[in-house]
Amino acid sequence: PYAGPVESRNEAAMSELVQEPRQKPVVPMKPVGINANLLGYIGIDTIIEQMRKKTMKTGFDFNIMVVGQSGLGKSTLVNTLFKSQVSRKSSGWNREEKIPKTVEIKAIGHVIEEGGVKMKLTVIDTPGFGDQINNENCWEPIEKYINEQYEKFLKEEVNIARKKRIPDTRVHCCLYFISPTGHSLRPLDLEFMKHLSKVVNIIPVIAKADTMTLEEKSEFKQRVRKELEVNGIEFYPQKEFDEDLEDKTENDKIRQESMPFAVVGSDKEYQVNGKRVLGRKTPWGIIEVENLTHCEFALLRDFVIRTHLQDLKEVTHNIHYETYRAKRLNDNGGLPPMAVETEENNESNL
Amino acid sequence: QNDGYRTLSLSGHVGFGSLPDQLVKKSTKQGFCFNILCIGETGSGKSTLINSLFNTNFDDPVSMHFLPSVRLRAQTYELQESNVLLKLTIVNTVGFGDQINKEDSYQPIVDYIDAQFEAYLQEELKIKRSLFSYHDTRIHVCLYFISPTGHSLKTLDLLTMKSLDNKVNIIPIIGKADSISKTELQKFKNKIMSELASNGVQIYQFPTDDEAVSKINTIMNGHLPFAVVGSTEEVKIGNKMVRARQYPWGIVQVENENHCDFVKLREMLICTNMEDLREQTHARHYELYRRCRLEEMGFRDIGPENKPVSLQEAYEAKRHEFYLEMQRKEEGMRQQFVQRVKEKEVMLKEAEQQIQTKFEHRMLMHQEVKLKLERKKKVLEDEIAMFVEKKANAESLQSQASVSTPVISLKRDKDRK
Repeated sequence: PYAGPVESRNEAAMSELVQEPRQKPVVPMKPVGINANLLGYIGIDTIIEQMRKKTMKTGFDFNIMVVGQSGLGKSTLVNTLFKSQVSRKSSGWNREEKIPKTVEIKAIGHVIEEGGVKMKLTVIDTPGFGDQINNENCWEPIEKYINEQYEKFLKEEVNIARKKRIPDTRVHCCLYFISPTGHSLRPLDLEFMKHLSKVVNIIPVIAKADTMTLEEKSEFKQRVRKELEVNGIEFYPQKEFDEDLEDKTENDKIRQESMPFAVVGSDKEYQVNGKRVLGRKTPWGIIEVENLTHCEFALLRDFVIRTHLQDLKEVTHNIHYETYRAKRLNDNGGLPPMAVETEENNESNL
Repeated sequence: QNDGYRTLSLSGHVGFGSLPDQLVKKSTKQGFCFNILCIGETGSGKSTLINSLFNTNFDDPVSMHFLPSVRLRAQTYELQESNVLLKLTIVNTVGFGDQINKEDSYQPIVDYIDAQFEAYLQEELKIKRSLFSYHDTRIHVCLYFISPTGHSLKTLDLLTMKSLDNKVNIIPIIGKADSISKTELQKFKNKIMSELASNGVQIYQFPTDDEAVSKINTIMNGHLPFAVVGSTEEVKIGNKMVRARQYPWGIVQVENENHCDFVKLREMLICTNMEDLREQTHARHYELYRRCRLEEMGFRDIGPENKPVSLQEAYEAKRHEFYLEMQRKEEGMRQQFVQRVKEKEVMLKEAEQQIQTKFEHRMLMHQEVKLKLERKKKVLEDEIAMFVEKKANAESLQSQASVSTPVISLKRDKDRK
């Protein structure tokens, strides 16, 4: 039938369980490409409009996770990014609330609309990360949550009668907040990013960047980039997924100059030069969030929302999810406990 | 519709309104696939129509009427318009309706469509798969050419369309429609549509749920089946060269809406509903095929106690079965091998024994011969010894005699002796 790639014997694909299909007609199955010259306008390019209309009707899902120690301004930043109260700020731990013993995962979803485009945005917060005395393995609940979403999607995909549109709860983007110490990355930062960069798109951001001068900022960024490279941490946009030269040039610039973005967040507006701007008021001046000379918030916003949002979803779907799926279907290969449980259940059923 | 999510209003410009553009940009980079299947009798005008639709000469060889069975011929072309790259595949049925016995005419077509679904399903079920770079060969639309008899549908038409209507989007077309007059045409169209309806044939309905296109689509639905004329020749009308067919009594212009429905077909097929045709193929026809196929393979969503069984568990169970079977076979083969080795060993041992026996026998014989020879040697040696003794005696006697008697008398004695 279809002249696809030859599978090696070790890849026990499900297709091997399929019985021999019915007898086929004698036809060349694999089409040969021929370039044809058009003698006039037909209207093929209208498919772009058709596609755009369809996608606007169905709407988009986007799931963004924020990770970092408390007090780094995660919720404020996300609210600033999406210009609405998508994330509830925790005002520190009251005496009545206990500091959670482990990392909690809190996902809150909202629907926002702009320019006729409807987006179901889910912000996943991780309170408790890095807040304990002993923070060993505090990335595990996060990794578990991410894999659970892949598992949910896989279960739906593998059903016989499947939904027309499988609900997508997979984490498309994980913003990791780095403390603006000005020195280097902390061991916890490195450990987290080392583990998680293999399963999700990580975008490191330097939080509360208004505590650093321009020189300190630039030096810190360079040092962070170096450390990430030395530790083999591939943050988004990953080099190996650049599709063509255009992507590579664009992404190289972002990877080597702009990232990690040094950001400041705010939901308060102030009057500056006759305009209302988002900012932070201090005795020594007003820090304008969307002013590129003050901080890189605008770069982060444009990067995540205006240019690479679809790509974040596609890398999650085509690469991270596929990796998870392949591992899962290939007899687990070292996945977290949840997968092992299923295997044990299977054994008992058999 | 919001699944219980609260709607928030934005206090400023965020920028995700560009999301559809981002999506479209990516799709444009990858290119689009569109696959058309043309079913119709030889000479019904399929190739000419396709050439006219896409304004190109696709260079299809003309086929004869004497083919023994129906074959499908697929050709892929790469067309580019602005920055849109389209991989267009045209599949033609060759020899359809030519045979005397047409019982097997539509099965090859059904098989072909299923084979494309199967190929996609196989890719989807692979462990290491690459769906986003997969060249989609599934048929997105089937143009069914009805002969312009003016009467009704042929039995073959009904049977074929009935066997395909849940596998592919069917758009019925009246080919070579310039042989029917306007009044006859409307009657013919009505007859066809009522026959299709009474036989329960589901043809593709242009979607009417999107307000933007609902009006035009509804109108077009009423014009089905499209009566088309195709032409690869151009005639000068006014000061333009247009596709047309020149007759002694006049010129039939392909793109004149008064003359035929060609423009409507092109509008519907390409400019308005190409994406919907693709989506219906994937979301409806393919899903149906997949569901039936998986059930055929023995997978279920609901297990014996009415508990939901995930395909994964069923798959893993089957895989375990398969694995056990494989182990069993391996064990069997290994035992066979061990058996064979044992047998060979026994054979070799026997042979060794035989050789050993022969050797011993030979050794014995050798010994015997050696003994015999030694005896003979001893006898001969004894004889020699006796002779030497005699000789010695004779010589000593001779020497004694020579001392006392002269030589002559010795001689005489010798003679006497």
